[in-house]
Amino acid sequence: MNCNPGNPLLRMEHIVKSFSGVRVLDDVDFEVVPGEVHVLAGENGAGKSTLIKILSGVHSDYEGSIRIGGKSVRFKSPSDAAVHGIATIHQEMSLVNSMNIIDNIFLGREHTLFNQWVIRHQQEQKARRILAQMELKLDLSLPVGSYPLSIRQMIQIAKALAFDARIIIMDEPTSALNEVETARLFAIISKLKQNGHSIVFISHRLDEIYQIGDRISVLRDGLSIGSAPASDLSRDEMIRWMVGREIDRQFPERSTPQGKERLHVERFSVPKPGGLHGWAVRDAELHIGAGEILGIAGLQGSGKSELLNGLFGTYGKLSQGNIRLNGKKFYPVSPRSSINRGLVLLTNDRKGTGLIPSMDISRNISLASLKTFSPHLWMETAREKDCARDHVKDLGIKLQSLTQDVQTLSGGNQQKVVLAKWLETKPKVMLLDEPTAGVDIGAKHDTYRLMNRWTSLGLAIILVTSELPELLAMSDRVIVMHRGRITAEFPRGQASQEDILQAAMADEKETA
Amino acid sequence: MNENPPKKDPSANLLKWFRSPFVRALVALGFVLMIGFIFNAEGSFLKWQTHRDMLRHISVFGILACGMTLVIITAGIDLSVGSILGMTAVIFSIFSIHFDWSPWLAIPLCLGAGAVCGLVSGGLIARFRIQPFIATLAMMVFARGMAKWISGGQKISTAVLQSGGQYRYKEVPAIFDGLNAKVLHNNIAVVTLIFFACILVCWLILAKLRWGRHIYAIGGNEEAARLSGIPVTATKLIAYGLSGFFCAVAGICQAAQEFQGDPEAGQTYELTAIAIVVIGGTNLMGGRGGIGLTFIGAMTIGYLEKILSINAVGEASRLMLTGAIIIGAVLFQKVRK
Repeated sequence: MNCNPGNPLLRMEHIVKSFSGVRVLDDVDFEVVPGEVHVLAGENGAGKSTLIKILSGVHSDYEGSIRIGGKSVRFKSPSDAAVHGIATIHQEMSLVNSMNIIDNIFLGREHTLFNQWVIRHQQEQKARRILAQMELKLDLSLPVGSYPLSIRQMIQIAKALAFDARIIIMDEPTSALNEVETARLFAIISKLKQNGHSIVFISHRLDEIYQIGDRISVLRDGLSIGSAPASDLSRDEMIRWMVGREIDRQFPERSTPQGKERLHVERFSVPKPGGLHGWAVRDAELHIGAGEILGIAGLQGSGKSELLNGLFGTYGKLSQGNIRLNGKKFYPVSPRSSINRGLVLLTNDRKGTGLIPSMDISRNISLASLKTFSPHLWMETAREKDCARDHVKDLGIKLQSLTQDVQTLSGGNQQKVVLAKWLETKPKVMLLDEPTAGVDIGAKHDTYRLMNRWTSLGLAIILVTSELPELLAMSDRVIVMHRGRITAEFPRGQASQEDILQAAMADEKETA
Repeated sequence: MNENPPKKDPSANLLKWFRSPFVRALVALGFVLMIGFIFNAEGSFLKWQTHRDMLRHISVFGILACGMTLVIITAGIDLSVGSILGMTAVIFSIFSIHFDWSPWLAIPLCLGAGAVCGLVSGGLIARFRIQPFIATLAMMVFARGMAKWISGGQKISTAVLQSGGQYRYKEVPAIFDGLNAKVLHNNIAVVTLIFFACILVCWLILAKLRWGRHIYAIGGNEEAARLSGIPVTATKLIAYGLSGFFCAVAGICQAAQEFQGDPEAGQTYELTAIAIVVIGGTNLMGGRGGIGLTFIGAMTIGYLEKILSINAVGEASRLMLTGAIIIGAVLFQKVRK
C-alpha cells in the first residue's frame, strides 16, 4: 500500500446503519491518514462501537462507502477486513488463553506448507522479531492466560503487526491498565506511529485522549459532530461536542462531615487467591468513618483489589486480622454474611461478577436482597418492581422497560443497575472497585454526585480506582498500596498525582 | 406494555413478540398438531381418546423433564434420571408386592430414595465441584447397579418365585390399579394428573418462590450470584434433590403402569427428558427457560410420537423422523429474523 502522507489511508463516507428500524449511525464520515493516532470520542451509545464494527467487518449491511488507499472496499467478515490491513484490539480479549503466544499470534493465518503443515520455526522467528520491535521479553511457550491483562493486550498488538495491519483499532485499551502499563502502551503506540501505522483510539479518559491523540473526531447520537486536530480542540469544547451540553465541572464539590467509625481494620492479611503461595495483602491497617470516602491507590498487583475482596469474604475464610464493623467484631466468612452485616462490594468486572446477563433489570436489582422481597419464601413481585422503579428514577438509569434484558443497556447504565442492587441491601460500608471503568462521562458525573449523596446520608465508601484525578477529587483520604502493603497515607488535598505514583512504585525506583 | 415507548414499527413489534420463546414453542407444537390433523389416520387423531393416551404415555417422561428443567436452568444436566426411575420402580414394587406394605409407607420411602440419589449428585457437583455431566453419569451407572442388585436382576412382578422353584401369583396391589386408573369418566389418566401436579410444583418454585430466583441466578452467572449472597451450594442441592424426587415419582408411576418393577426400566429416558426440555426452548447454557416451555415441549414430543404411531409408521422410520423433527424444531427456535 503506497500512500502519500497527508492523503487519507482510510475514508468512510456517508455511513448509515440501522438496527431493527432504529438509526444508530446517520451519515457519518470518518477518515484516517497514515501515521496518526485518531481518537474516536463520544458517550456510550453514540455509535462508536457500531462504526468500529463496520470498519472491522463485523457488520456488513450498511449504507455508504469505505475507501482504503483510494480503492473502494466492502468487508464481508472480520477476516476480510484483516486482509485489507485493519486489525482490532478488542475490549474483550480475542485470544485463546490456553494456547501459547506464537500460536495465538498466528491463529487463523498460520505459516504453512501445503496449507496444513505448520512451519513452526518460521513463525517463531517472526514472532520474536515483532516482540523485539515492541521491546517485550516474554516466554513464547507459555499459555497466554498466564500473563496479566496488559501483556495480553500487547500480544494482541503483536498479532495485528504479524498480519501487516496498517490500521489498528484500539477499543478502550487502557480501561484495565494502570498508569505504568498505560505509559508502556503509549510508548508502543508512538513507535507504531513512526513506522507509519495508523491507530484509531477509543477512550473515555480525557487526559489520555490529549496525551496520545493527534486528531479527535466526536460522534453523538449517531451523528458526526466534528473532527479537529487535538491541539486545536479545547477540552471544554470537546466535552460540549460529546455531551451536547455544558458540564461545568468534571468532579462535583465534596464536603461531608465525618461520623462515627464504620470499619476498623487491623493487621489484615489476605493470601494470594487461587491457592498460590504468599500474601496478596499483608498487615493492612485502615479505618473509615460514616460519610467518608477512603481512596486506595496502587498499581496492578498492589493488592488493592484483593484487599476489598478479602474484606468482603470473596475468598471465604482464608484472610486473617482484626476487623470491627459498626463497632462490633467482624470476620469475613462469605459474601452472604458480609452483605447481611451491611458490607458490600462492587466488583471491577461488571460482566463477569456483577450482573446476571440472563435476568432482566428489576431482577438484577433485587438479586442481593431477595429475602426482603420474599419474607415467606414467596416472591412479592409487585413490591420488587416498585422498588426497582424507585431505583431507576433515583439513579437516573436510562431504559425502555424494567423487563428489558440488562445486556441491552449501555455500560454506565449497567453499572448503575449493579449499584442499585447493592443500595437495596441498605449497606453501611460500600467497597467500590473501579466503579467508573468503561462508563461514559455523563454517567461518571452521575456516579460522583451519587457517591456524595450517599456519604452525606452516612454511608462509608472505600474507592479503588486507577484514574488518579478521580481518586484525588473524590477521596477524603488516600492510602497507597504497594506489593500488598500500605505504603503511604495522604489527607484530602495534600497529595498530588506525582506523590501517589511515587508511593505506589516505591522500591521500583530504589532498585532501578 | 405500560413502560414501553411509543411503537415505532409494527413489524418490529411482531418480531419482538415472535422472539418470545413461549411463542416459538407454541408454534412448534402447532406445527406438529397440524401434521396430526392432516395425517389423522382416518379420523382417529380427532378423537379425545387419542389425546388422552398421548398424555398418559408422555406423563412419565414429562415428570422426569420437570426435574431436568430445574437442573438445566442451573446450567447443569442430570443423566441419572432414567436409572433412578428404574431403581425406584424396583424398590416400590418390592415394598408393594413382596412386602405388602401400605402405599403410605412405600411411597414416601421411594421418594426419599430418589431424593437421596439426587442429593448425592448435587453434593458432588456443589461441594466437590465435579462437572454435572460426570457426576450424574456416575450416578446413572450406580443407580442402575442398585436397581439390579436390589431386584437380583429379575423383574419384580406379581409372579413371585418361591424357594422350591415354583411361582406363586399374588394380587396386584390396589395402589398399582389406583395409579393406573383413568378418572373423570375415563377421560384422563391418574399419572397425567400427577404429571400436571409436578408441572405446577415446578412452576411455583421457578416463578413464585425465592428458590426459583436462586436457580435462575446461578444458571445465569454463578460467580455473580455467589457474590450477591445467593446460597449456591444449597440451591444446587435443592435442584438435584428435586430432580431425584421427580425421578422417584416417575418410577412409581412406571411400576404401576407396567404392574412390575423392571430393573432395566427407564433406559434412555434421560435422553427423552432432555429432548423435551430442549424442544421447549430452555437453554442448555442455563439461566433461561421455564417449566411452561417444558410442558409445551412434552406435548410436542408426545404428539409427534402419537401421530407417527397411529399412522403405523415403522419403528426405524419413526426414530429417524423423530430425530430429524427435534433438530428441525430446535433450529426453528434459533431463527432470528
